[in-house]
Amino acid sequence: MSLRVGIDIGSTTVKVVVLDEQNKLLFRSYERHFSKTRERALETLASIRDMLSGQDIKATITGSAGLGVATAAGIDFVQEVYATAAAVNTYIPDTDAVIELGGEDAKIIFFGGALEERMNGSCAGGTGAFIDQMATLMNVSVKELDELSLKHVKIYPIASRCGVFAKSDIQPILNQGGRKEDVAASIFQAVVDQTVAGLTQGRELKGKIVFLGGPLHFLMGLRQRFVETLKLDGNHAVFPQDGDCFAAMGAALCATDYSPAPFETLMKKLEDSAAATTVVDTMPPLFTSEEEYDVFSARHNASRPPEADIGTYTGPAYLGLDAGSTTTKMVLIAPDGGLLYTYYHSNLGNPVAIVLEQLKEIYKLCGDRIVIKGAAVTGYGEDLIKNAFSCDLGLVETMAHYKAAAHFEPSVDFIIDIGGQDMKCFKIRNGAVDSIMLNEACSSGCGSFIETFARALGYEIADFAKLGLFTQKPVNLGSRCTVFMNSSVKQAQKDGASVEDISAGLSISIVKNAIYKVIRAASADDLGRHIVVQGGTFHNDAVLRAFEQEIGREVTRPVIAGMMGAFGAALAARDLGLEQSALLSREALEHFTHTAKPATCGLCTNHCSLTVNSFDGGRRFVSGNRCSRPLGEEPHRQPDLMRYKYTALRALQGKGQGNGSRGKIGIPFGLNMYENLPFWFELFTRLNFEVVLSPESSRKLYLKGQRTIPSDTVCYPAKLLHGHVEALVEAGVDAIWYPCMSYNNDEGIGDNHYNCPVVAYYPELLSANVPALKQTRFLDPYVGLWRHKDFEKRFAAMMLEQFSIPKKETKAAAEEAYRAYEAYVHDVQETGRQYIEKARAEGRSIIVACGRPYHIDPEINHGINDLITSFGLVLVTEDALSYLEGYAPRKVLNQWTFQSRMYNAARYVCTQPDMQVVQLVSFGCGTDAITTDEMRAILEEGGKLYTQLKIDDISNLGAVKIRIRSLIAAIEARKKS
Amino acid sequence: MAKLVYDDTGRLLFTKEMKAEYTLLMPQMLPVHFGMMKKLLECEGYKVDMLTTNHRGIVDEGLKYVHNDTCYPALLVIGQLIDAVKHGGYAPHKVGLLITQTGGGCRASNYIHLLRKALEKADMAYIPVVSVNLSGLEKNPGFSLTLPFIRKAVYAMMYGDIIVNVANQVRPYEVEAGASDVMIDRWSQRLVDGFQAGKGMSRKQMRANFNAICSDFAAIPMAGEPKIRVGVVGEIYVKFAPLGNNNLEKFLLSEGVEPVVPGLTDFIIFKIYNRVADVELYGGHWIKKFGCKVFMKYIEACQRDMIAALGHSGRFRAPGTFQDLHRMVQGYLGDGNKMGEGWLLTAEMLELIHSGTNNIVCTQPFGCLPNHIVGKGMIRKLKDDYPYSNIVAIDYDPGATRINQENRIKLMLANAKGLTHQEGARPTADAQPEPEPRLAHANV
Repeated sequence: MSLRVGIDIGSTTVKVVVLDEQNKLLFRSYERHFSKTRERALETLASIRDMLSGQDIKATITGSAGLGVATAAGIDFVQEVYATAAAVNTYIPDTDAVIELGGEDAKIIFFGGALEERMNGSCAGGTGAFIDQMATLMNVSVKELDELSLKHVKIYPIASRCGVFAKSDIQPILNQGGRKEDVAASIFQAVVDQTVAGLTQGRELKGKIVFLGGPLHFLMGLRQRFVETLKLDGNHAVFPQDGDCFAAMGAALCATDYSPAPFETLMKKLEDSAAATTVVDTMPPLFTSEEEYDVFSARHNASRPPEADIGTYTGPAYLGLDAGSTTTKMVLIAPDGGLLYTYYHSNLGNPVAIVLEQLKEIYKLCGDRIVIKGAAVTGYGEDLIKNAFSCDLGLVETMAHYKAAAHFEPSVDFIIDIGGQDMKCFKIRNGAVDSIMLNEACSSGCGSFIETFARALGYEIADFAKLGLFTQKPVNLGSRCTVFMNSSVKQAQKDGASVEDISAGLSISIVKNAIYKVIRAASADDLGRHIVVQGGTFHNDAVLRAFEQEIGREVTRPVIAGMMGAFGAALAARDLGLEQSALLSREALEHFTHTAKPATCGLCTNHCSLTVNSFDGGRRFVSGNRCSRPLGEEPHRQPDLMRYKYTALRALQGKGQGNGSRGKIGIPFGLNMYENLPFWFELFTRLNFEVVLSPESSRKLYLKGQRTIPSDTVCYPAKLLHGHVEALVEAGVDAIWYPCMSYNNDEGIGDNHYNCPVVAYYPELLSANVPALKQTRFLDPYVGLWRHKDFEKRFAAMMLEQFSIPKKETKAAAEEAYRAYEAYVHDVQETGRQYIEKARAEGRSIIVACGRPYHIDPEINHGINDLITSFGLVLVTEDALSYLEGYAPRKVLNQWTFQSRMYNAARYVCTQPDMQVVQLVSFGCGTDAITTDEMRAILEEGGKLYTQLKIDDISNLGAVKIRIRSLIAAIEARKKS
Repeated sequence: MAKLVYDDTGRLLFTKEMKAEYTLLMPQMLPVHFGMMKKLLECEGYKVDMLTTNHRGIVDEGLKYVHNDTCYPALLVIGQLIDAVKHGGYAPHKVGLLITQTGGGCRASNYIHLLRKALEKADMAYIPVVSVNLSGLEKNPGFSLTLPFIRKAVYAMMYGDIIVNVANQVRPYEVEAGASDVMIDRWSQRLVDGFQAGKGMSRKQMRANFNAICSDFAAIPMAGEPKIRVGVVGEIYVKFAPLGNNNLEKFLLSEGVEPVVPGLTDFIIFKIYNRVADVELYGGHWIKKFGCKVFMKYIEACQRDMIAALGHSGRFRAPGTFQDLHRMVQGYLGDGNKMGEGWLLTAEMLELIHSGTNNIVCTQPFGCLPNHIVGKGMIRKLKDDYPYSNIVAIDYDPGATRINQENRIKLMLANAKGLTHQEGARPTADAQPEPEPRLAHANV
């Protein structure tokens, strides 16, 4: 029998193994390929020419990037999961399950019974690439990340679905002084959660589990997280010695079935396949000539602040700080905006240390000639830096950027800022910030995105960006999120695109992502006439050029594009007109100290992850809190209808008016139950059932049901239901009532009165996926509440059949239930009216939160209501206003009950000068792809601001805060004008 | 140039004048069915172009003019129409757009509205959008579906289903590549010509045609061992449209398997049945129920004819009836699960498994709301009930690359081959506990 060769070409690495007749490993290699897949495989094979030369061998290729190579070279291909299973069957036969993490793939294979394999779907972080990305973000190597993680004391919740999400979780933790060790371990925990949640899909991970793939082979911290999470002991967690090469070994095993060929033939096949490049989808070049580029550069370099020299200048100066998500920016300006000092550096996870060092430097340079008369700070780390150094002013980023942009282009009406990790776009209307658009959720595409690719391809970012300027055929990579982009780049490389083409393609992709995904613009006029672009990413001329090309208009890019936040803050400090700044003096800095400790607040169900920062002289700053309770103050709350409704609904449990003699009926507290519960509570208690509500939602409850979620991309409110029903089963109820409802109540304000498909049919999904429900009586019939008589008749028949309740009794209870529901609806409207009156009496602005009824769940909204009212605003919900407007035709099909209410509430708000809408949107909510554009249209036509808050299972309110504060600033500006 | 006329809600109408001057552009979902539909429309005096474009520009236009989180089919259909107007060589003031309009709680009901929004955004609000629906929504003076036309369309759909069904069973084995496609073209033309002459639209003539179709396709020279069969189910657009599913059928053929794609007839019956089920579940007019039942019964009878013809052929496998599918899905989903493909999608998977096609690709647009429930949501239970079912769920969206999709399908195919290596591992209608299948290559 001949030697067998397995070649595994993954997304980032090439593995080659040689097996002998006894399946013994004669050779193995594991190497990064930097997208040169075929070449790397060839090199490796050439290095073992001595072993194989002149022999007939059997070889197959496997791996996610192997298919293309195999097809082009005419070598047999084996799917990698299949290959892995073959290897495990051979080498570790009594395995129950395999967890394999690769560069971009995550897989689980279940043995025992029929073989079951799972791969991550198309939206998936939680893989090797994700870990690489996170390491880059933390400015450490993957190896260092691993070492850090082993020294953790605390795990933060971090979203792992996608790098973008995780970043927005990690940034605030780092910026607020969280320990790197804890963050490192939290990143690994996120990977574990993602794998377990995303891939097990209802099947339990137990028994002997084999861990494979590069990351699990090399990262001890990651191993530790898996073992602890799955509660495995040494006998049940197997990390084989060649775990990083198992797929290649499997491929070699699978090669058994194929016919042998001389080694030289294999080599030749691989070599010859090189020429097989295909034409890729390309776009027009960025620049056609050097001259064109020179004119372009000259135009942009003209936007610069006045010259100033810190070495000679005498007089007052103003300090601006921008404690951004990855970088810290500082500027010191003269009153005319002249730059005395600038600083731009990665904050290395600790902005305080950097600012301290720089402040000392600035004081030294200022000597006695320059007096700092004001200091202002903006950015993610605003609160921390403001408290640490006693700055005079903290301002929201949008305001800072607007101030800076207006300095260069006074009639600016649109600003787009693309930084390392985030993107902000907003319109300026009547001198106020309006229509803020931030990148969030799935739409990535910022500076660090190009940087990650540059590094992956072995370039420094500055060199990489320049490569694309003059290529004649930039490759069209579309606009998509980072995880997808990896595959696109891979495909483009496979198709023969050069690094130059890809560089230009990535720059263009960033722009397209910004324009079409984040801003949602179709033409330049949707943006504005006087556009200022800023943020570090626009220093990249390829991106800047692509932006102008895409919108067909010239824009202003100040030469300090990357410093605009800090520059704006400095201008704001100047405009304070202070005689003396409160900024820590040169002397005070000498004994400045700072320590940060993590803590968890236990004062309410939000369980905020706090960071307690201690400074010299007993000064303290707590971050991460949503209210003032952990600071020892009882929060002073404004009227808040979300809170009111939530409390009212939670009270609906127990025996009510009945005696509970028919047993306990469980109702999961989620989705449409937030609307229909008053009805069902009355109905069942009147029938003498005791109503048991599932516990309040929490992260813990979510994790309880997480493993039975079959579709990872469904919205978080739906995912929570799994935990709710499991908790009800544990509570030992006699039955669970969770009916399917295609239709909700007909309120006469829409074209129809549907529920969305997820709300309508989730009970059936639970029934098919939650094994625990077999232990109870799970009642999920179809009901329609809007036809009262028909409902009573059908429901009475059902109760007779299920519980032998006389029909007459049920019908009477149903009538009471309809009355109770009406009373609830009326109460919400009446309370809303009172809140509005109170707000008007006190001269407060009113925020109308437009979402679904279940958005009042604190685990879903993460305390957004507290945040809003903490700014002194009064909060009411859409259902308190929607009845005030009648039916009106819309430009979309207005067919969902809950969504119709939002349109009506928005229409009503347009008639009220002291009201503004905040729309709550759950990630993954399909209907909101339709409602958001329509809501924006209604509000903008009515002269209102449109503010959208995306909410998900991550609890970082950073983006939310920016929006709310900008909204408040805009409201204030409007009041003044 | 035709005058632009609006109705009282401000909707641009497709006028009689336009019918004479304009070309109507229609998207393509099922090449065979829609091809016949196009011919039928032409016979009614419309100028019609069915769009068969397939390039990256379509997605780019879609991304530009449609909310990026909207489902992929909307993005593609709208992107394709706009791309055609912009770059298809048409005079923009001489085209109208045809789009089907369904009702129901899925966001797909919003396609026509999203298309109008997109046209407005693209400064092309002067292009009339014509709704094709059977519910009497959105009337246009220059476009009407007459009863005789609807009758022809229904027959075209039936014929389309049987043609696609037999062609799928022939194509993987044809000796001369393309022979079945030639036969498809021949039959499509022959049927439409027949319709115009008033032929082929009675049960009797249809039965004769069904038999003729079966024997014509059976006569195509075939060779080779039976191949592994792979079923394709899913959201209706990505299931059928090559543009939506990256040419899935072609890919499956190139992998050496036989695609099995359940037809459109069940979907039509399903949509009619939903109205019956609504009345049964929630109450309502018996007359509505009665009317729908009559219509449904008629199409079901036609479907039985089709199944009988396939059965008689002695060569082709016949699918189950609508009632068979409905029976199978009991215990999985209720009759009220009707949004999108609703319970029918799960029923189709069950029917495939029961008829020995236990390898299935379940296609859906990324984030498709109904498919969270009826597609991905039911796979666990199917796997529990039929351990040898081999189902892979594939998401389609502008960001998903073909390489990723194909890799996942290849995994399913590797499993399929592994399963067939095991004698007797093929589940039958009454799947008995069977020996545990092992991987083909594992040296245990």
